[in-house]
Amino acid sequence: MSELIKVPTMAEYMAQGKQPDVLFWVGCAGSFDDRAKKITKAFVKLLHKAQVDFAVLGTEESCTGDPAKRAGNEFLFQMQAVTNIEVLNAYEVKKIVTACPHCFNTIKNEYPELGGNYEVMHHTQFLKSLLEEGKLTIEGGKFKGKRITFHDPCYLGRANNVYEAPRDLIRKLEAELVEMKNCKSKGLCCGAGGAQMFKDAEKGDKEVNVERTEQAIEVKPDIIAAGCPFCNTMMTDGVKAKDKESEVDVMDIAELIANAQDL
Amino acid sequence: MSIIPNILFAIILIAGIGYFATNVKKLVRNIKLGRDVDVSDNTSLRWKNMSMIALGQSKMVRRPIAGFLHIIVYVGFVIINIEVVEIIIDGLFGTHRIFSGMGSLYGVLIGAFEILALLVFVSVILFWTRRNVIKLKRFWKSEMKGWPKSDGNIILYFEMVLMTLFLVMNATDVHFQAIDNGNVISQYIAPLFSGLTESTLHIIERGAWWLHIVGILIFLNYLYFSKHLHILLAFPNTYYGSVKPKGELDNLKAVTKEVQMMMDPNVDPFAAPAEGDSTEEEVAKFGASDVQDLNWVQLLNAYTCTECGRCTSECPANQTGKKLSPRKIMMDTRDRLEEVGKNIDANNGVFNDDGKQLLGDYITNEELWACTSCNACVEACPVSINPLSIIIDMRRYLVMEESAAPTELNNMMTNIENNGAPWPYNQMDRLNWKDE
Repeated sequence: MSELIKVPTMAEYMAQGKQPDVLFWVGCAGSFDDRAKKITKAFVKLLHKAQVDFAVLGTEESCTGDPAKRAGNEFLFQMQAVTNIEVLNAYEVKKIVTACPHCFNTIKNEYPELGGNYEVMHHTQFLKSLLEEGKLTIEGGKFKGKRITFHDPCYLGRANNVYEAPRDLIRKLEAELVEMKNCKSKGLCCGAGGAQMFKDAEKGDKEVNVERTEQAIEVKPDIIAAGCPFCNTMMTDGVKAKDKESEVDVMDIAELIANAQDL
Repeated sequence: MSIIPNILFAIILIAGIGYFATNVKKLVRNIKLGRDVDVSDNTSLRWKNMSMIALGQSKMVRRPIAGFLHIIVYVGFVIINIEVVEIIIDGLFGTHRIFSGMGSLYGVLIGAFEILALLVFVSVILFWTRRNVIKLKRFWKSEMKGWPKSDGNIILYFEMVLMTLFLVMNATDVHFQAIDNGNVISQYIAPLFSGLTESTLHIIERGAWWLHIVGILIFLNYLYFSKHLHILLAFPNTYYGSVKPKGELDNLKAVTKEVQMMMDPNVDPFAAPAEGDSTEEEVAKFGASDVQDLNWVQLLNAYTCTECGRCTSECPANQTGKKLSPRKIMMDTRDRLEEVGKNIDANNGVFNDDGKQLLGDYITNEELWACTSCNACVEACPVSINPLSIIIDMRRYLVMEESAAPTELNNMMTNIENNGAPWPYNQMDRLNWKDE
């Protein structure tokens, strides 16, 4: 993909004396990880399609501190949090949307006590609200009738009780939503949370992502839908480990919707 | 009529309750060794949680078979114990079935007790079978060897014996069987004793009566030494359990203070602490390396744990063969807390450093680093225990006090510090994706 997409920054808005309706918090994975960047772009296309007045922080964005906090480094977490909150408050940000459940959880639950109070939405919740407001239409397109199973990200599901928004979107694609043995509040982790993404797993007899991928493959999906860039990586690796790349795709909900309409 | 049995009964009763009270005091003291934590918020939600989760068993039934059997034993336990009131009055005043004057209502009550006693007996047999014959995996994990395994079975034997004694007591009560009011189950047991004389029956009845009440008192006192404390502590534990979203970890106040100092150019780092500011000593340590560093709700959690292992069976790390078991985290915390408590008892109320701690001597770094913080254990617990909060507090100690994180995590943290991302990419390149 080399086409240019328009992505306004908060600084540009500020220069024009304007304020966007919503800040898109891209997150580290969404900014740097090659796979996750595709999710970021898909989501931006949907924002444009729905004519959402949004901006990003761009180079002023920094890690929320989630992996540091979960690794036990509360200092680093709070340093990151306070720095980010300073930036967000300087721009008088009211509403934030993000495609990363870890950023979502941290900004929504852990920033308020440190002075950062915003309305925070996961991109699946945001897309669902756009749909309800009639700003976005979803067609099944090429996913019509496909078997799709949704892998609940821990930090969206159990951590924040968001189970239905992503599923509602999948149903709108006229796809067949199939549930894994462990789903919703009983969903099995992909293995990346709690800073595990950045280290090798402890000694055991299996990788967590392989276990989870096996659960997914059991329900014979065409697509494993994810709502988290880290889950996406873990499930993609799991599918590779099981030699199922030719049969099963791992895609973010935003990508499903954008691809369905050939955006 | 001799009053010796009544005096004997009173002595046994007072001794039984007295010893239990002493241990409850110890329990409360041990729990209070934990740091203070504010749980005065959301009172109505907390009451609701307690009534739904503890009283209403809402999380138990997520696993329908165990949940159903547990409800029978729980309801049976609570209701049959109404009978204990009568036993105590009879025992103290030498009366016999003091409430039988209530007539048909008495029959209904005793009838209900008898039915429940039978149901409890059957459920307990099934529980025993699940543990010992079917050998459900979660009861055979490595932390369940030795005492925890025996403890689980002893509790079941206690319940079997107590229910049997209750039914035998009724079956051999000639007068009670003659009235034929409420003996719905015991009338079928009575024929087993049909060949015996009335005086033999009386001896058996008295024997069962005494063993039943003494058994109950022993069981009561067994609680403190057993995982079975949950029958009492599930109530405060579900009340004090977290009312925040599961994903929210607490922000360490001590760190907030230091970070504010670092960020605020106007703060004088060498300023003397304000008058009466005693926080200086409290912040001496970040995170937890021993039980006293945990808060009292976490310690209450440890005493409440009944080692059912639902947490461990849902844990992704444990499922894939890692050493981490959330149940073991709770068991270790309790064991260490007991050890600290005994140390305090032996040293006239002061803890004498024993060169041991929760971290290392009980819980290893390997267990702590295997956690994905996915909250499956927290979700699975039927009594609102949070093993994750202990894991995170111990990681905090490892990282902030000992700089003992795995190398890869140190790299990740260095990256965040230097360029605001867990990977070594320049912050100035954050928006490059839009042009790629």
